[in-house]
Amino acid sequence: MAFEPSRRVFQLSRKVTSVVPESCLLILLGLGLGGIVLAIAKRAEYQLEPSMFFLFLLPPIVLDSGYFMPSRLFFDNLGAILTYAVIGTLWNSFATGAALWGVKQAGLMDAGVDAGLMDFLLFGSLISAVDPVAVLAVFEEVHINETLFIIVFGESLLNDAVTVVLYKVFNSFVEMGPAHVQATDYLKGVASFFVVSLGGAAVGLLFAFLLALITRFTKRVRIIEPLFVFLLAYMAYLAAEMVSLSSILAVTFCGICCKKYVEANISRKSRTTVKYTMKTLASSSETVIFMFLGISAVDTSKWAWDTALVLGTLLFILLFRAVGVILQTWVLNRFRLTPLDRIDQVVMSYGGLRGAVAFALVILLDGDKVRAKDYFVATTIVVVFFTVLVQGLTIKPLVKWLKVKRSDHHKPTLNEELHEHAFDHILAAVEDVVGHHGYRYWRDRWEQFDKRYLSQLLMRKSAYRLKDEIWDVYCKLNIRDAISFVDQGGHVLSASRLTLPSMPSRTSMSESSVTNLLRESGSGACLDLQVIDTVRSRRDKEDAVMHHVLCGSLYKPRRRYKASYSRHFISPSTQERQDKEIFQQNMKRRLETFKSTKHNVCSAKSKARLKKDGRKKKKSAANAELPNGKPPRSVTWQQTAAVLVAVDSDDEESDSSETEKEEDEGIVFIARATDAILQGKKASGSLDVCPSPRIIPPSPTSAERELPWKGDRGDLAVYISSETTKIVPVDMQAAWKQSISSLESVASPPGAEPGPHAKTVAGPAPEERQMMPEPRTCFQFPNPLLRSSRSQSAGSPERTEQPELQPLMAPDEHGRMSTSAGPSNSRWLIQFNRPARFSDG
Amino acid sequence: MGCQNSHPSAIPELEEIMQETGFSQASVVRLYDRFQALDKQQKGYLSKYDLQGIGELAVNPLGDRIINAFFKEGEELTDFRSFIRVLAHFRPVEEEKSKETGRPEPMNSRLRKLQFAFQLYDQDSDGKISRDEMLQVLRLMVGIQVTEEQLACIAERTIQEADQDGDGAISFEEFATSVEKLNIEQRMSLRLLK
Repeated sequence: MAFEPSRRVFQLSRKVTSVVPESCLLILLGLGLGGIVLAIAKRAEYQLEPSMFFLFLLPPIVLDSGYFMPSRLFFDNLGAILTYAVIGTLWNSFATGAALWGVKQAGLMDAGVDAGLMDFLLFGSLISAVDPVAVLAVFEEVHINETLFIIVFGESLLNDAVTVVLYKVFNSFVEMGPAHVQATDYLKGVASFFVVSLGGAAVGLLFAFLLALITRFTKRVRIIEPLFVFLLAYMAYLAAEMVSLSSILAVTFCGICCKKYVEANISRKSRTTVKYTMKTLASSSETVIFMFLGISAVDTSKWAWDTALVLGTLLFILLFRAVGVILQTWVLNRFRLTPLDRIDQVVMSYGGLRGAVAFALVILLDGDKVRAKDYFVATTIVVVFFTVLVQGLTIKPLVKWLKVKRSDHHKPTLNEELHEHAFDHILAAVEDVVGHHGYRYWRDRWEQFDKRYLSQLLMRKSAYRLKDEIWDVYCKLNIRDAISFVDQGGHVLSASRLTLPSMPSRTSMSESSVTNLLRESGSGACLDLQVIDTVRSRRDKEDAVMHHVLCGSLYKPRRRYKASYSRHFISPSTQERQDKEIFQQNMKRRLETFKSTKHNVCSAKSKARLKKDGRKKKKSAANAELPNGKPPRSVTWQQTAAVLVAVDSDDEESDSSETEKEEDEGIVFIARATDAILQGKKASGSLDVCPSPRIIPPSPTSAERELPWKGDRGDLAVYISSETTKIVPVDMQAAWKQSISSLESVASPPGAEPGPHAKTVAGPAPEERQMMPEPRTCFQFPNPLLRSSRSQSAGSPERTEQPELQPLMAPDEHGRMSTSAGPSNSRWLIQFNRPARFSDG
Repeated sequence: MGCQNSHPSAIPELEEIMQETGFSQASVVRLYDRFQALDKQQKGYLSKYDLQGIGELAVNPLGDRIINAFFKEGEELTDFRSFIRVLAHFRPVEEEKSKETGRPEPMNSRLRKLQFAFQLYDQDSDGKISRDEMLQVLRLMVGIQVTEEQLACIAERTIQEADQDGDGAISFEEFATSVEKLNIEQRMSLRLLK
């Protein structure tokens, strides 16, 4: 019962946050906090300082918006966004200011509102800053269509900059005093508007370039990558501020433009850090601002009420925004391929919430110069409260009620990605044919320029090489497949151990293998059915049915990668990361369990394989044992070397591919590396046997067949198969065999290679037999040595296998050993060790 | 281009063209100007060579295929009528007119746009995008940094994704299904071709 209230609170809180936008809650929190502060201190202790706001609170918010802006969408709609942000804001501020001045002139306002036209224009400029937060939160939740989303978002982002520039211009006018403002000053104001905004953007671009370039060279100092991102963005802000250009635009453009290259360059961990830090900083700044808002609202000494001003402002900002949107849309629609319809316009007009920036700006007014500051503060607070609380609360129902076009949610498919690219190319080509150099033409040009010069300059080679959108989508899908495959594999594993052997061969999770898997099984839906189908027992059929069910539910992507922005939400990559981690763990575990199984199985299951492997083992062993033997040593040497080199090169390959990767992309390559090692292991496992004096007929040539120890083969086979049956139930061995053979086809290269060598070595076999007597001391020494070399290269999984292997070999070996009495020779050791090192290298 | 404005009357079969393609007269005139500008020797038709002379097309990965799309099977030349007919695929869709009945499928319908795209993939025109054809397109469109093997994997995966009847190739229906979520009307339209 004690939990009951708290549970209710939780349920309530969930309900509240789903209905009430965050900013509303923050304002309410600020109100409460302000009330407490006021009650205790009797006066407002905390004030929003201009320097604090502009130096510390604003940059994170702006950087966050710029950095997480979906840039493709942004530039696709740049025209509309710029129109709304620049012209719309100018219109709003001038119209609102002028209208309020008109109200004042009409004598409707209290005489205490001591303000001229310039003051009202100043007020109009600061009150026209549209705040993105609340609208975006709502849009995010209802998945509004991308175009509307980016237009509203881009507008609210850029108009902050416009507002601040405008605010500064007017502020300087007011401070000069309207009487002293000459006509040239107005011209200067207009000119400075352009200089300040374009200059700010240019500074931002410059720093974006620097930032991208720097992150290219931070490979060895990953830890400071996030630092650089923040530092340079902030430096862009300060630099622009220093030369009195628009610092907001500088940070915005720095964020938008550096993202592509920075994301490609920095490590995944740094990427996560940057994301979270940025979001956290932005949210913190916003929270602080809203709390100040709440505190100021409670402190009545700070503001003076005038009904006409408040009502007039509320009316005018709503009215003029609607008018502005409708007029601009009407013009824009003549140029747009997809016109913005009425519903879009309604949402856009209604979404003009005012927020933190407006409040901060009004607080920053100089009370001596702007005598009506207290009235403006009160009005701004009311406007912010009204828009955030009333409009913020109602916009969601409105969006639903109007049935605004939603963005369609679906998983990204390769086809769509591919065809979208194709469509882009087709359109670009048609534009060329028609001879019109439109937007697509320039985008095409830009992409080529980017590909040819910029990316090469600003991206690491590895990152540049890996960057291709189609390929990205493919990899994503592949990983997803692999995950679902592992999920299913887990299921099968628990039901029967049947599919176990097929797993690791496929877990060579380089990008292609899952596809191989898909190809093998023929159906895209179920990854493992083929293996199951080979066994017709009822249980397995049930299993297969369950598989189908599972496939239906598991094969789907968990989450769509959405190109959208939310200030407080980072979805996609965390999910991916999680998936990858799960996947990695599963794979590792399975690889380990499998490895022991496989080793036995490969030798046991297919006799041909056994012979091959065994032959190789024995050959190399035998060759090594032949130091004072008749056959020329050089020949045996080559044989040994050849075999080892083959293995070695395989290892090397995986190694190099691994090192090329960044350290945090290990997942895929760990799986592959282990697999490579596994295959190497097959060979090196054979090496393990080499020194053993136990002789197994190395080749099936006619000469060999007459050899007296031919029986050994059968012997050995029995011994291994008894091992195998521990792992595979007898009744399933048929299936086991099949899956093994399919495994072989996948993992054949290293296994098959030794074949020819083995045959050619068949000749010296008789001598081998003579040489066979083998000193016990020799046998023991190389073994640990090999092991150490292997464990060095293969890592921990390898070691775990050793104990398992040893008991199998030991008795037999010892038996052989004792029977064999020959001259011990130290040269053998040397010879043997050399190849071993060779393989190690 | 378009420096000298042709008089509408100079264009052969103007009425029929407007009827067939839905272009406005101004658009037809503009395209005719462009046609003549491309037709450097004033021979009244375009050869592949003329189109290949457009510099930007050379760097377009699908450029050659699109040029070929302007020419009928086995023909080396195209006159203005077929030229503009191809371009009509890219005329934006007007919502009002799409309701109109009694007319044959307009050139710029979603279906026709898709068919145009499909034939760029389907080089042997057997109505199916085979694995090889997909691979070829990918080879054109994916950067060189992706290896041939990886391309093959992508091709395989792409086909599997869209292939519904399991014949290892993508038919037109399957192609249309695979892109049904995309806004084709918007993506395959040029504003200036209104």
